[in-house]
Amino acid sequence: MTLDRRTLLTSAAAAGAALAAGPAAARVAKEPPPGAMGMLYDTTLCIGCKTCVVACHEANDLKPDTRLSKGLWDMPVDLSGGTKNVIKLYKEADSPRRSYFKAQCMHCVDPACTSACMLGSLKKDPKTGVVGYSPEYCVGCRYCSMACPYEICRFQFDEAAPKVVKCELCRHRVKDEAKKTASGYTRYPAGQGPACAEVCPRGAVIYGRRDELLAEAKRRIAEHPERYVGYAEADPARVFGETDGGGTQVLYLAHVPFEKLGLPDLGTEPVPHTANVVQEGIYRGFVAPVALYAVLAGVLLRNRKAGESGAGKGGTP
Amino acid sequence: MRDAAVPTPVGGPILTRAFRVLLAVAAIGAVTALWRFAHGLASVSALNDGYPWGVWIAIDVVTGTALGCGGYAVALLAYVLNKGEYHPIVRPAVLTSLLGYGLAMLAVTIDLGRFWELWKVPIFFWRWTHSPQLEVALCVATYVLVLVVELSPAALEKWKGGPDGSLKRLADRTLPGLNRAMPFILALGLLLPTMHQSSLGTMMLLPSSKLHPLWFTPWLPFLFLVNCVGMGYGIVVLEANFSASVFRRARESAMLAKLSKVAMGVAAFWTAFRVVDVAVSGKLALVASKAGIWFLAEVGLHVAAIAILASAARRRSPMWQVRAGILLVLAGALFRVDTYLVAFNPGPQWSYFPTVPELLITFGIVAAEAALYVWAVKTFPILAGAPAGARG
Amino acid sequence: MIHLKDVNSPRKSAFIRSNSAEDHMYLDGTSGLEPLHVDDEGQNRRDFVKVCLMAGAAVGLPAALSARMAEAAVKGVKPSVIWLHFQECTGCTESLLRTSHPDVAELILDLVSLDYHETLFAAAGHQAEAALKKTMKDHEGKYVLVVEGAIPTKENGIYCQVGGRTAVDILNDVAGKAGAIVAIGSCASWGGIPSADPNPTGATGAPTILKGKTVVTIPGCPANPYNLLGTVLQFATLGTLPALDEKGRPKFAYGTTIHEHCPRRAHFDAGRFVQKFGDEGARQGWCLYKTGCKGPSTHANCSVLPFGEVPGAWPIGIGHPCFGCTEQALAFRVPLHATVDIERPTPPDTYPPIRAEQGHVGAVATGLAGLAAGALVGAGWAAAKKAGEAGPPKEG
Repeated sequence: MTLDRRTLLTSAAAAGAALAAGPAAARVAKEPPPGAMGMLYDTTLCIGCKTCVVACHEANDLKPDTRLSKGLWDMPVDLSGGTKNVIKLYKEADSPRRSYFKAQCMHCVDPACTSACMLGSLKKDPKTGVVGYSPEYCVGCRYCSMACPYEICRFQFDEAAPKVVKCELCRHRVKDEAKKTASGYTRYPAGQGPACAEVCPRGAVIYGRRDELLAEAKRRIAEHPERYVGYAEADPARVFGETDGGGTQVLYLAHVPFEKLGLPDLGTEPVPHTANVVQEGIYRGFVAPVALYAVLAGVLLRNRKAGESGAGKGGTP
Repeated sequence: MRDAAVPTPVGGPILTRAFRVLLAVAAIGAVTALWRFAHGLASVSALNDGYPWGVWIAIDVVTGTALGCGGYAVALLAYVLNKGEYHPIVRPAVLTSLLGYGLAMLAVTIDLGRFWELWKVPIFFWRWTHSPQLEVALCVATYVLVLVVELSPAALEKWKGGPDGSLKRLADRTLPGLNRAMPFILALGLLLPTMHQSSLGTMMLLPSSKLHPLWFTPWLPFLFLVNCVGMGYGIVVLEANFSASVFRRARESAMLAKLSKVAMGVAAFWTAFRVVDVAVSGKLALVASKAGIWFLAEVGLHVAAIAILASAARRRSPMWQVRAGILLVLAGALFRVDTYLVAFNPGPQWSYFPTVPELLITFGIVAAEAALYVWAVKTFPILAGAPAGARG
Repeated sequence: MIHLKDVNSPRKSAFIRSNSAEDHMYLDGTSGLEPLHVDDEGQNRRDFVKVCLMAGAAVGLPAALSARMAEAAVKGVKPSVIWLHFQECTGCTESLLRTSHPDVAELILDLVSLDYHETLFAAAGHQAEAALKKTMKDHEGKYVLVVEGAIPTKENGIYCQVGGRTAVDILNDVAGKAGAIVAIGSCASWGGIPSADPNPTGATGAPTILKGKTVVTIPGCPANPYNLLGTVLQFATLGTLPALDEKGRPKFAYGTTIHEHCPRRAHFDAGRFVQKFGDEGARQGWCLYKTGCKGPSTHANCSVLPFGEVPGAWPIGIGHPCFGCTEQALAFRVPLHATVDIERPTPPDTYPPIRAEQGHVGAVATGLAGLAAGALVGAGWAAAKKAGEAGPPKEG
């Protein structure tokens, strides 16, 4: 029996229906690991001293970025293949309102970059939730850069052996377990936590466990609701990163709307959600490809047999 | 009377003037590529952290593989639907596919920053974190091997009919087994593009916050799949007419007319699905945005192709077949370039346009593909419809 | 009550008696016949301790030690100091003598025992040499040797001889029995101006001559007198030397560069530079980096510890770039107005915006791409016509 047009169209429709059913299957949203470490950055405390920028360069063995300053200053204008942390300034043309903004990896709860990475060069630590990078399995495809909604993954385009560069919460400094300290936060021994939080003279950026930081952030909003704002101008004050894009482990409090500080509007759905649902829906258990192959092989064998018996018009070459 | 079914080498001199021009363009591209390997990506490209993927991915790889879907699209007709009349164009379509995919892999290697780690992909795939790109990489690599095997009868037949020697012995030994195994290989050659062409669509679902809503749809993999079939037919019609004109082969206008009708159907289906998807998800208003122009261009080019092919008379005319083919290819390519580049918005501070060296490498790859095609059809029995009395 | 003014003390008179009034004409008009200016009432204990406090604080010694210093001085436990002069301009000595408010020169006489100093000695000739020999014998192994000036080495060092002996020999002799060795000024530290190209005398610093010995170097042209004071005071009070870097320079003075503590640093960070002497920026006191300031590469404390207690009495203070007088690689070697690299760049006083523009669209590339695409499509479109005309007849 040859596969005629009608049969083909019917099976295609059936396959399509199965495909459509796939995405409908609910995908459980990821939770941060219980020991998730993070940072809290409060723009109302930051004075823009940039000690964190210098400390990050030193702690990560990165050279000062003098490309745009003719060698005079360590002057990154953005994250790059040589800068994992940067302080930016938000200014308004017609008002004195200003805010500094510290940009570095958000260590998302459900990161787009780890979903993008083919061989798991970017990996989320199962205990601390820190998204780390090892160049061992990296082919330099930059899919992670494409995927990240915060534009964090930066690539060393001008290096002969380029790597992806981003904040890894100074995980290379960690040797011991984090313990609850007198400050109320769970911290590593001195010199083992993120360098930026260590040197900040105003405590504008602090680190600890995500749940502790989230509680502190909410406490600050409760105590001083007039100080903080939300995503857009009229939105109520909230913590950025609690649920944004599925949640992040680096949290922000700001006195200027988050949208003005360059933070994207992500809703609560994790960034890689649709892609993962579609991919999983099609390839779950690799059933669909195997089934399709079986159908195709069967049809082709039958066609050839029909051709050999003289009945068919074509068949295999 | 011509024996339309039997492929024969075109023969004749390889180094014509046109061929030399192609070689020159390919050589310029090669030299530029060597420079890229010696001095790094920044030295030859405008790629940046906002636009980490440029023309090498959007055109050379994503569109290039779609142009290499001629084999896939024709095989669907010839083998699955068992329409034997498409036989003469199967082999050249498979050749075009092999060249398209092979050179796309070359483009990937040029684009990758750490290409020396590529060998780890097929070995360490078990570290997979569900990246759609891994599936594309493994699929494409396997597919290239499958295409080589699918096309190998062309070489083996030539060697079988040639003088005694190791090549003839190889052909004698492998051809029978190969022919028996062909259905399984062809089935793989139908499965793999289905998988990776749709995954090319899934890939652009991951940067969900950066893809314009007119392109961000869960149906993106399906759209990519149908699109590649349509482009496959388009490129096959172009290639068949080109070969007929240039290599003086029988112009299978009636068969190509039928193929054009199928292509029209696929294009119509794609266009309708695209527009309905946008409408149903309530995004029609976005067509009025800046990006909406590109959406309209995609639809417009498809509609123009469909309009040409709507008339049976035009479908039989080689001139209109070619023009419709050009439009089909352009329309499909535009959709892919839009998804990967134009509709991808990393933020207003970023801009990207390929540098001259980037373009030279792209031109070089296209020229290499054309040159390899010419060399292959002249040397091996790929094209059918040789003039009567010509050497087989 | 401690009487420090005792004009008739025989020891003091060796310093203040002069053969001729004109030989010791100081800037303040005094002739040097009297001790460098002293209040008629003399210094009382409070003032003395204050001076010790100041001197000690300036060089990082804790306040508690100042009292100890004062006590030790009163008790007469003063280390002996032999001060040798070689290829020098005496600027370092002069710089030390300029610390006159309060009268540190005189206090030094009471905090240490300056037993040989060619400039300040009234004695000369054999009498002076005898004093040297006696001091070396009486305080063998305990005296502090201060060297001022470079030591010539070419042709067996004949280019500087005192009392018939070459500088090299004198130095080796005196250093051999010293308890501590201090080289004051760039000349004694590494050769200074006499060692500038082509260095015809082979002038070198004391550390090179005294290889293997610990030599505290206090470079500068002149050296900041408080750097010497601090070193000697620490040795006098605690018997130890301050922490030294790999060149023998006390870290309390030479551990940071001029750039790190420059009063004009805010201008550097903000990008406000003097472009030409006398321009508006110069009038505003802007950063002198572009006029060749060697501050970023020069280790010294001129910016935090004024010379002669006069704030602003240093090159940058008067509007001229630092020329790196403490650094052998810079002073008298690199042109005055040649800029140096910033070794440890720090952030500027400017901030990037939230979205800094990156990437650009090249005009040539755009043209090329458009041309290629247009040509390909256009040619194909036009060539399609030929497909209908040429070629073999259509198959059925």
